[in-house]
Amino acid sequence: MKPFALFAVLSLVLAGAFFSCGGGSKYVTVGAVGPVTGPAATFGISTKNGDTLAVDEWNANGGVLGKQIKMVFADDKGDPAEGATVYTKLIQQNKVCAIVGTVMSNVSLAGAPICQAAKIPMVATASTNPKVTEVGDYIFRACFIDPFQGTVGADFAYNNLKARRAACIYDLGNDYTKGLAEFFKAQFTKLGGKIVADEGHDHGVTDFKAQLTRIVQAKPDIIYNPDYYNDVALIAKQARELGFKGPLMGGDGWDSPDLVKIGGSAVEGCYFTNHYSKDDTRPVVQDFIKKYQAKFNEVPDALAVLAYDAMNLTLNAIKTAGSTKGPAIRDALAASDFQAVTGEIKFDANRNPIKSAVIIEIKNGQQQFVTTIAPTP
Amino acid sequence: MGKRKLPQMTLIAVLLYALIKVLSLDSIGALNGYFMIIINRSLIFVILTVSLNLINGITGQFSLGHMGFAAVGAYVSGTITTLVLKLSPDVASSYPIFIGAIILGGIGAAIMGFVIGFPSLRLKGDYLAIMTLGFGEVIRIILNNINYVGGPRGLLGIPKFSTFTIIYAFTFFTIVLIRNLVQSSHGRAMLAVRENEVAAELVGVDTTRYKVLGFVVGAFFAGIGGGLLAHLLQIATPTQYGFYASALLLVYVYAGGMGSITGSIIAAFGLTFLSQFLQLGFDSLSNMTGINFGSEWTMVIYALLLILIMLYKTEGLMGMKEAKLLVIEEGTK
Repeated sequence: MKPFALFAVLSLVLAGAFFSCGGGSKYVTVGAVGPVTGPAATFGISTKNGDTLAVDEWNANGGVLGKQIKMVFADDKGDPAEGATVYTKLIQQNKVCAIVGTVMSNVSLAGAPICQAAKIPMVATASTNPKVTEVGDYIFRACFIDPFQGTVGADFAYNNLKARRAACIYDLGNDYTKGLAEFFKAQFTKLGGKIVADEGHDHGVTDFKAQLTRIVQAKPDIIYNPDYYNDVALIAKQARELGFKGPLMGGDGWDSPDLVKIGGSAVEGCYFTNHYSKDDTRPVVQDFIKKYQAKFNEVPDALAVLAYDAMNLTLNAIKTAGSTKGPAIRDALAASDFQAVTGEIKFDANRNPIKSAVIIEIKNGQQQFVTTIAPTP
Repeated sequence: MGKRKLPQMTLIAVLLYALIKVLSLDSIGALNGYFMIIINRSLIFVILTVSLNLINGITGQFSLGHMGFAAVGAYVSGTITTLVLKLSPDVASSYPIFIGAIILGGIGAAIMGFVIGFPSLRLKGDYLAIMTLGFGEVIRIILNNINYVGGPRGLLGIPKFSTFTIIYAFTFFTIVLIRNLVQSSHGRAMLAVRENEVAAELVGVDTTRYKVLGFVVGAFFAGIGGGLLAHLLQIATPTQYGFYASALLLVYVYAGGMGSITGSIIAAFGLTFLSQFLQLGFDSLSNMTGINFGSEWTMVIYALLLILIMLYKTEGLMGMKEAKLLVIEEGTK
């Protein structure tokens, strides 16, 4: 091996060793995880921003338990193997007392057993797959789960939009979109509506004409399309080209400024369910948006909000517990009744938050708040 | 007769095992759970890299879909163990079943390797690469569409069977078996195919057979690696075994040296540790200076280091050389 490479490796090992000696009880150390590199990098960066903002605020107000908070952020790269590694690192190496994160459900599913075994509470930010919190009683989440969002979508389509015939199109390669569509179909049928077309498309395609032709022929009142914004914009455009006039509807994957940029007039008059709306007039929402914009110079998306909420929820639980011991924080989390940006958060028996969803309409190229739908028990 | 050096290898392997075990004891605490998971991941990557090296470096074929084989191993063994766990929840007594499942996963992958090996008889270089790339994607998409194994959600609830001891043992056997294969007459034939197919054919090497053999054996061990990974993480998702992961393995093979088992071992260990230590280094830099360096920058440094390796050691860290221990000496006397 060349000497320089040896030198580089050695210096890194030393740097690593240095680190393990550091850290005292001057701080309350909290872990945060997000995919800041890899395919979901934009989600990770929003998540990190949300986490940072919450910690900075707490620190400005004197920290927690009389100590300053130190957040250690780790990159899971959107990969379960990397996720398992960084969760272990935060627990073993950084000795964190709780972990906030992560975004993608399959990465959270790799991290959850590690947190559960170490009795370190974990609050996933945007992992909507129901299985995540089923891992054990130390695993919580700040977002609503797939069944809730799909169900709310169906309720809104049937009751508010008076749709009776619905068509679905979704990404077969994505558990999130598939899950949402499944629960939408179940609820819509239960309410008395009819699913007239059910089409899956492969991940990464840009031409949806074959599926959309079949959908348009079935004459639906509404197309339920819980894809991510980039696919949605294309699907909306192509559906309009094929002569579909009604609204499209989707989930929180629509929440991006790019939806209107790519979709233009095709997404006009379409609806989606989301965690929060920036037009919500509650002071906690407006306050958060103002602070976030001042710090990061952009409007926070749902991932930033969820990370902010999850971090606040965790720090609040540490404060209530009066301790940095895992079991105490866990109990405090389970008993939370917290006024978060995405609504009041209480946990059910499966450690999923019971909270409301908002419906947003695209009007004149802007996201417009329509209504809040409270959870039905 | 040549010196086979198996006793020396075993001795060193056992000593190394004992050393790591002692260091990881709670009372000593030199290697905590974090280091153990990096070591475990490195060992699995050693299996995957060495097996890819057999196909790419030693037989001279080109596989861009190696993780596809690992996916087959992961899903086959994962499905078996989750089923067994459902029937009898006693994890401790199911180790023999687990080892059987891992090997069955390897066999499943080997069958795939056999299927993929055939087109390789007609395709070469870039064309073969594209074909194997396609194969990897086909596996991923098939897994996405089988609801029984969770579709895109992935196979969940896999029991945590992969302990350090198990992974270590499998890695040791993989290295020994591939080393013995490479240095047997079959291995020589594979090398001949790599160097010059026409010449090999002319001196009577059955090129067809050895190309397929390369794929079958490589795929078998990739399947083993995939199975171990699934039982370490307790989850297997299709995206984990996509093109990106296959490309990463290829990087390991090239960084270590095409055709060098030693190189593959060093690269798999070195690069897995490097990416983690970079993160630790960044953490401590942030601690010392008080400035928060984003962990996303570690990937930039990592990539730069890889470029430097390739610039200064074009043939990889080891070139085509092997450590003495891994070479079976020819007796001339």
